[in-house]
Amino acid sequence: MERRAFYRNGTLPWLLLAPQLLLVLVFFYWPTSQALYWAFTLEQAWGGGNTWVGFANFLAIFRDGQYWATVGRSAFYAICATGLSMAIALTLAMFVDRALKGTRIFQSVFVWPYAIAAPAAGVAFRFIFSPEAGLIGSINDIWPGIWSPATNGWHALGMVIVCHAWLGIGYNFIFFLAALQMIPKSITEAGAMDGARPFQRMLDLQLPLIAPTVFFLMIMNLISSFTDSFGLIDTMTEGGPIGATEVMVYNIYIDGFKGLDYSGAAAQSIVLMVLVIALTFVQFRWVEKRVHYS
Amino acid sequence: MIERSPIFDFITYAAMVLGMFLVLVPFWITLVAGSQSLQEVSQVPLNLWPSTHLLENIQAAWTRADLGPKMVNSFIVAVGVTLGKIVLAALSAFAIVFFNFRARMLCFWVIFITLMLPLEVRIVPTYSIAANALLPFQVILDTFGITGLVETLSGIRIGLEWNLLNSYTGLILPLVATATGTFLYRQFFMTIPDELVEASKMDGSGPMRFFFEVLLPLSRTNMLALATIMFVSSWNQYLWPLLITTDRANFGTVVMQLKALIPAQNGTPDWNVTMAGALIIMLPPLLVVALMQRWFVRGLISRDK
Repeated sequence: MERRAFYRNGTLPWLLLAPQLLLVLVFFYWPTSQALYWAFTLEQAWGGGNTWVGFANFLAIFRDGQYWATVGRSAFYAICATGLSMAIALTLAMFVDRALKGTRIFQSVFVWPYAIAAPAAGVAFRFIFSPEAGLIGSINDIWPGIWSPATNGWHALGMVIVCHAWLGIGYNFIFFLAALQMIPKSITEAGAMDGARPFQRMLDLQLPLIAPTVFFLMIMNLISSFTDSFGLIDTMTEGGPIGATEVMVYNIYIDGFKGLDYSGAAAQSIVLMVLVIALTFVQFRWVEKRVHYS
Repeated sequence: MIERSPIFDFITYAAMVLGMFLVLVPFWITLVAGSQSLQEVSQVPLNLWPSTHLLENIQAAWTRADLGPKMVNSFIVAVGVTLGKIVLAALSAFAIVFFNFRARMLCFWVIFITLMLPLEVRIVPTYSIAANALLPFQVILDTFGITGLVETLSGIRIGLEWNLLNSYTGLILPLVATATGTFLYRQFFMTIPDELVEASKMDGSGPMRFFFEVLLPLSRTNMLALATIMFVSSWNQYLWPLLITTDRANFGTVVMQLKALIPAQNGTPDWNVTMAGALIIMLPPLLVVALMQRWFVRGLISRDK
């Protein structure tokens, strides 16, 4: 990012940066370090400050079988939602990329889910999947009791995952389409000359060429499924039935704001932060290995 | 299209229609259910065609969830975040790209790292800062003994306090404190040729004049993209507003009200009102995305790559 032509001024750049730096300090660095402080200390029951407890808070959550169940559930949620959403978006982008007549309309509609608030989609999907209402619930008329997200944990979790995947379609579609459109026409034409049919070209040519985008989106989707599920779960299941949809973020909220266990919640936040940072680093290592056409 | 293959064209259209169906179903159901009467919406199976009660349902949802003032709040927050972001991000990216000073790379990384941890991950500590946003400065003053010094000198004890709970600043500022916009501007500023800076220098204009008269007009597309992304994401915020507003009547946003619209477990299952409410709550960001699609798609892609 070196420039040959630039300005030299002692105070001006600092004045320009000041507002942003102040905000980031107050609302990012301070809270993050505060979380570290809480995670390694415990508030005294009778007040009067925190005492240093080392890794005790972490050991407490790691020894808790319930917590591991939450982590496992979050991982399952993240993998399913990511896979489902990316598969749908990739298929749509592949077909839209053929740019047949009238594709534009489809193209703009496929972006729409990006605009929707998770809780709004949660409410809509809750109705669609409601066993009492007349959509999915209709199958209960044919086989009574076959669909029951209010009592069956897997049904509830599946319902939230489908909604999360739906919400991600727009974002994934945009990126897949952009990556596909960057593939030079000449490569596709060469493939066609060699006798590869359109479907074969999709699998053997386009898919490997957009592999970096697939990887990038996979990481972004995993991160968002780990961190961004609160709005859905709170409006669709509230963590129920009997904790079957309690994922990491929801657990932090419950322990921190309902249970007022700041140290436990902070330790859980740190675990989640480490997870997100690890995923980001994996991505950075790969960003360098992007495919370039020149 | 390279060769003619009518069969594959047919498959393509079939897949796209199926995709359209998949994407539109939730919208359609929301519209259909929102336009039916209580009796119609309780039918099993549901009639999949809109009825005539949309307006009265919207009215019912509007009064039940007190959506009038909440809409105003949502707009204030979304516009506040969007404007704040557009201005602050432009300034900081300008400083990082066009100035040469020692801590430049450090500043870049300090801002860039914030991209890594979304607000949801650090929600507990961020909440505590909202109770007193000036706490970090108080601690700095305390640790360097400035508080004690001032107290002995003037007898005044410095007690910095700025409570952000139940305020628009509390709803807006933490959402502005991320790197998304800075990064987007930076990517664009990097493509500005050096010659432009040189020419402007030769004409005798200083950095701020260059910023206002050359850079800003050039970044109009970027601003539109950023505005769309920020409007949508701040309108759709749920967890943060939920925590920072205990006084829901005055500072609640519409998205928070969705939960209040869901029928109670043993109450009347009036999903028609719920869905009518959901429909108007999801409409503003959807309109923005549909209208601004061309710009925001470009912005989104250059942001994350």
